[in-house]
Amino acid sequence: MPALAGADLGGNPAVKKTNPFSSSRRGFFGLAAAGLAAAATAQAARPARASVTTNARIVIIGAGAAGTALANRLVQRLDGAQITVIDGRTEHYYQPGLSLVAAGLKPASYTVSRTTDWIPRGVTLLAERAAAIDPEARRVETEGGTRLDYDFLIVAPGLVLDHDAIPGFSLDMVGRDGIGALYAGPDYAARTWQAASHFIENGGVGVFTRPATEMKCAGAPLKHTFLIEDIASRGPAAGRHSFQYTAPQGALFSVPIVAEKVRMLYAERGIDTHLRHKLISIEPGRKQARFEATTIDPVTRAESVSQVDMDYDYLHVIPPMRAPQVIRESGLSWADKWTDQGWVECDQQTLRHLRYPEVFALGDVAGVPKGKTAASVKWQVPVVEDHLVAAIEGHEGTETFNGYTSCPLITRVGRAMLVEFDYKDNLVPSFPGLIAPLEELWISWLMKEVALKATYNAMLRGKA
Amino acid sequence: MKELTFETLLAVFQEMFGATLFWLMLAAAVMVTLAYLYVLIRDRSLSVRKFLWAQLSMPFGAVAAVLFTQAVTNSHLRDIGGPVDVIVLLGVAAMGAVGMAILVYTVQSLLRRPGGAQAE
Repeated sequence: MPALAGADLGGNPAVKKTNPFSSSRRGFFGLAAAGLAAAATAQAARPARASVTTNARIVIIGAGAAGTALANRLVQRLDGAQITVIDGRTEHYYQPGLSLVAAGLKPASYTVSRTTDWIPRGVTLLAERAAAIDPEARRVETEGGTRLDYDFLIVAPGLVLDHDAIPGFSLDMVGRDGIGALYAGPDYAARTWQAASHFIENGGVGVFTRPATEMKCAGAPLKHTFLIEDIASRGPAAGRHSFQYTAPQGALFSVPIVAEKVRMLYAERGIDTHLRHKLISIEPGRKQARFEATTIDPVTRAESVSQVDMDYDYLHVIPPMRAPQVIRESGLSWADKWTDQGWVECDQQTLRHLRYPEVFALGDVAGVPKGKTAASVKWQVPVVEDHLVAAIEGHEGTETFNGYTSCPLITRVGRAMLVEFDYKDNLVPSFPGLIAPLEELWISWLMKEVALKATYNAMLRGKA
Repeated sequence: MKELTFETLLAVFQEMFGATLFWLMLAAAVMVTLAYLYVLIRDRSLSVRKFLWAQLSMPFGAVAAVLFTQAVTNSHLRDIGGPVDVIVLLGVAAMGAVGMAILVYTVQSLLRRPGGAQAE
């Protein structure tokens, strides 16, 4: 996902734009001239694909990363199509920035823009929530009672955080009494930093969790732990902290080679790991979290479940995640997979619905393994665009999605590992031989800090 | 990267700095470059005296570029984690040094007409 080679980052900004690689003055103006020439030719050669004339009615549910990026690309490809985006939220969140907000590195406003800022001319934004989908009648109904018939439907509403699934926890606690929940949004991420910084300054036990369900950006629970440990280790109470990382899964990360690397880093940093521990409730008054712990007998492989209580001074809560109710009630979800979560049934490679070919799933709601990240969205959107435009033209698309996702796994303020992988758990580095995926590097941090939001915004505009 | 084109890079840089600042910086860089070319052609030779000052300014440009980069990215020298990081650091320093040298040379040339001073 990161778009930029290292040499483009930082440095004297007045010079580097025309001069990313020069080491001599002759090289400088040579490159500047080449850059201008490239700009001229790029402008001349750009509109390679002719636009397709159609009167198709396309409805996109969700104006998040996926819905917005697709709307921008479709409006460039299609001439005459009636494109409607349905989303009741007026604010657009740059969610990859929430980890930085929750570590005090960026303000909440860093992640917030207006939904309307990204919707292109030629696309209608219906600022209401979708209330019902009838895939048989090909119709979407909004909470305001508007009915929209569609020829193609893109389901991209994101997911919902099921905070109620953790008894004792409620969102109004975030920021007080040592409770953080950075996934809940920009303001909650900022309040998470309030709670975390109190812990950093005073010491104590920090307990970090993740849910048993599929989740967006599975690296974020690790990042938050790494960041808080790093900042605490340089703070006034350094040495007076204990870090407990819990996860309901049997490994620290779904990709085995990354899981092993994180295991080693956690051991180095003194972060204790409790696998097969699922947060089931909290008692905020006593600052105690209750976990369901599963142990597997090494001989018989029999599982036994027990309850474990852990005291905390700081607790980071990540609740179970599910598809929005409107999706779960629409009949579009998998019937035999993730039945408690309701992700949309679709082909892994094309994201096309398996029973309703005029329906595509995009982003977090798609019922595919992995892929709940903005990086995946970036790769999914051109695939859906291809198959959608091909369907309008009356043939089959050719693009496929290989499950690519990326996670700049921050390990310290100033360092990250640029982990990129696919459905098969293979590492698929963008810069092989240059940026090692399992090394903690400054360049990977620079990408997250400087280039990622810019790339994300360019993606929203359909340009990356 | 799925589509790393010139247009993508341009879009990313515009988003990074904001469209106005980006084009202003690009214009400034182009103007300094053109001014540099102008004084080279005007004077028909490289003034060793001015070049010496330009060279002396290079370390300051290098250090300034590195400090600027670290300041805007919450990072420190301790974050250098591998060879590629050293290359990036040197690249940033080199860009700062070269940029500063060109700027100093050009400013001197524009302020002091040749003829009065000896064009060596």
